[in-house]
Amino acid sequence: MRKSFMQSLQIGFMAAASIAILPSMSVAGTYDLTVDRVIIDTGDFQKEGIGYNGKSPGPVLRFKEGEDVTINVTNNLDESTSIHWHGLILPFQMDGVPKISFPGIEPGENFTYKFPIIQSGTYWFHSHSGFQEPDGAYGSIVIEPEKRDPFRFDKDYVVQFTDTHPHSGKRIFRNLKMSADYYNRQQQTLGDFFSDVRKNGLKATIDDRMAWGDMRMMKTDIEDVQGFTPLINGKGPEQNWTGLFEPKERIRLRLVNSSAMTYFDVCIPGLKMTVVAADGNNVQPVTVDELRLGVAETYDVIVRPMDDKAYTIFGASMGRTAYARATLAPREGMVAEIPEMTKAPLLTMADMGMDHGNMAGMDHSNMKGMDHSSMKGMDHSNMKGMDHSNMKGMEQEKDSFYANGSGLVPTAANGGKFLSYADLKAQKPLYEDREATREIELRLTGNMERYIWSINGVKYEDADPIVLQYGERVRFKFVNETMMTHPMHLHGMWSILDVGAGKWDPAKHTISVAPGTTVYSETEVDAPGQWAFHCHLSFHMDAGMFRKIFVEGGPKSASLNPSEQGVLQ
Amino acid sequence: MIILKKSLLAAALTFSVLTPVVGHSAETSNIYYGVQIEEFEYRYGEGGEKLFAFDGDAFIGTDELKLRWEGSSELDLTVNRFESLSNQLALQTPISDFWDIKGGVRYTSPEGPDRWYAAVGLSGLAPQWIEVDTHLFLSEKGKLSADIDIEYEILLTNYLTLTPSANIDAAFSSDREIGVGSGINRVEAGLRLSYDVWDRILSPYVGVVYERKFGQTANYVEEEGERADIWYAVIGAKLMF
Repeated sequence: MRKSFMQSLQIGFMAAASIAILPSMSVAGTYDLTVDRVIIDTGDFQKEGIGYNGKSPGPVLRFKEGEDVTINVTNNLDESTSIHWHGLILPFQMDGVPKISFPGIEPGENFTYKFPIIQSGTYWFHSHSGFQEPDGAYGSIVIEPEKRDPFRFDKDYVVQFTDTHPHSGKRIFRNLKMSADYYNRQQQTLGDFFSDVRKNGLKATIDDRMAWGDMRMMKTDIEDVQGFTPLINGKGPEQNWTGLFEPKERIRLRLVNSSAMTYFDVCIPGLKMTVVAADGNNVQPVTVDELRLGVAETYDVIVRPMDDKAYTIFGASMGRTAYARATLAPREGMVAEIPEMTKAPLLTMADMGMDHGNMAGMDHSNMKGMDHSSMKGMDHSNMKGMDHSNMKGMEQEKDSFYANGSGLVPTAANGGKFLSYADLKAQKPLYEDREATREIELRLTGNMERYIWSINGVKYEDADPIVLQYGERVRFKFVNETMMTHPMHLHGMWSILDVGAGKWDPAKHTISVAPGTTVYSETEVDAPGQWAFHCHLSFHMDAGMFRKIFVEGGPKSASLNPSEQGVLQ
Repeated sequence: MIILKKSLLAAALTFSVLTPVVGHSAETSNIYYGVQIEEFEYRYGEGGEKLFAFDGDAFIGTDELKLRWEGSSELDLTVNRFESLSNQLALQTPISDFWDIKGGVRYTSPEGPDRWYAAVGLSGLAPQWIEVDTHLFLSEKGKLSADIDIEYEILLTNYLTLTPSANIDAAFSSDREIGVGSGINRVEAGLRLSYDVWDRILSPYVGVVYERKFGQTANYVEEEGERADIWYAVIGAKLMF
């Protein structure tokens, strides 16, 4: 370890490169990042935010697998900062989480990150301090593999989604604490009531409203924070980021969702997308029309436009309150049609964990379950509202990663194939498949009205760390008891998502858990030290849906005694 | 002059209690605050009465414990005197998913004698989204009284809201000095139509308010030559920041 640090230091001096792509022969690179106050212009509004090297999003850091990187970070803010390398496998002291990996970087100070790059693919980085990430402190990472990837492409673009909000993260959080529906402008109105009465009858509509009113929950509670402008590579829908291509070229799009709170349903009308990697790791190619890009996830897709025309990259937010738009075109200035967003989804009783059919017969009781809940009239409007195409979609490709009868099940705008987690199979498993040594249940919990988010009913500030043993393989059981979708991110170690494919289960860094579902992931505990584990929705994380993971044992040099935790605290 | 004196007193009372907490907030990040003014309005009565009415609260604290100031007043603009003026400071803590209890002190200082009260309260969200805020008061004279506020928001659109509300005051024994009779002594029902013009920070509204006094309280009021029941047209703004 120390030797490689020295090497990288020496070579770093010689190279003296700032954010440059180093010659492929280099084994070490030095990169400089400054953390700055910047102005972000979305086309709809301008705001002061935080960026790297003078802009937000920050630069694309291009590393090479096998490289020892040295990253000098200078904090030009008047507050403490940090950078977390999202998805990178590295020594925990380099992971960049204040109070867990290191103390943080004080105003005016420098911190030098040094670690070896032992993976390839698409990742991103962001601040892990305060509300700097929702304020714009993020950039992307592209790591070139040692050997070539098992798919062909001629061009390569990062497509980084963000949800830039006119309010500062601090203000958003305080507003949510004051009034949890502060930003929800999609609530059901009196007009919706009358149109439901027309569709479903008075009694069914009243029953439906009473059932939800009794729980004091809202069907429209899909996006906590609305009023943002979605950006792609820092450009708003009107500013239209454009990637150029020659017809018949294969283009690799590295989709990254660096949003604070927003999931995007991404499609490129007229083009099929072949998914070749998820969260940096190659997967067996699967061709889809649309995919849901969860917060903090990355997907690499290959598209091949055959014609000399423009195509729109379209990302409707999951709650359909806004859309991101960019363009792939043969020449600058060409544009394609911007599609209409499909109808906003509504949560159902199934998303509230109220569908009893959900527990057992996931596979056989789909129709029955739906009829059943319709009979009960719990969510009549929604059942009626599910038109035939939707029903058909569910029959054809039911997605076991959504509750049975969920209102959130995505369907492709063109009626085609929508990517499911179940489609993800590792191209080359990272680990040998083996039985997990134990299971840890993590109930994802919260109180929407108070905007408190927690794990097993306990907020981070009141929780003990989760202690893992080096060398074990832990099976995490996520039980989502809330009505929101939570992208759960484990630092430092892979989360092997159980899609039922055994050794081909894909390794991810972020696992999206839909409401009313139970999802399993397994982790080979191969990284000593202490790590963060949290919901990646910024304001859920800050409200307490967060745990510290402590890995006991393992190689001495990297490990940390439990008694030393207090020091780092 | 009277107004100045009263508001200074209220401000001083609030400030002295809040100061230590604010000092603490600089070091921790889990302390929140907020201000919500539900009523800030001009009332024009059916008999030409002109009033300024205010009802609001401010809090600072954590998820577990908040300090909350609640204030309300009615200022008769024709004679420039407070028909009612109340300030309350209480500590508030959750007891269930949707309900909080609170305990503290309340000071009423309208025209006429002032009163101190010990106050306990329950506030929260009842099923079907009904906001409830209720208190029990024990005055320095040993008199027990209670109030309850109920409010419901009907979304005509996501920006245009119709809010029916009701406040009921009751006393378990009369306190003649301050014009309070026993039993339910005052009911105020309101219907306000508001529009969010600036986030939820500023929502101007128009509405109607019906106020009726009962029993001995009504008698006391009528003795002073005022009406025991009255309709008002109101115009004002909700504020939240």
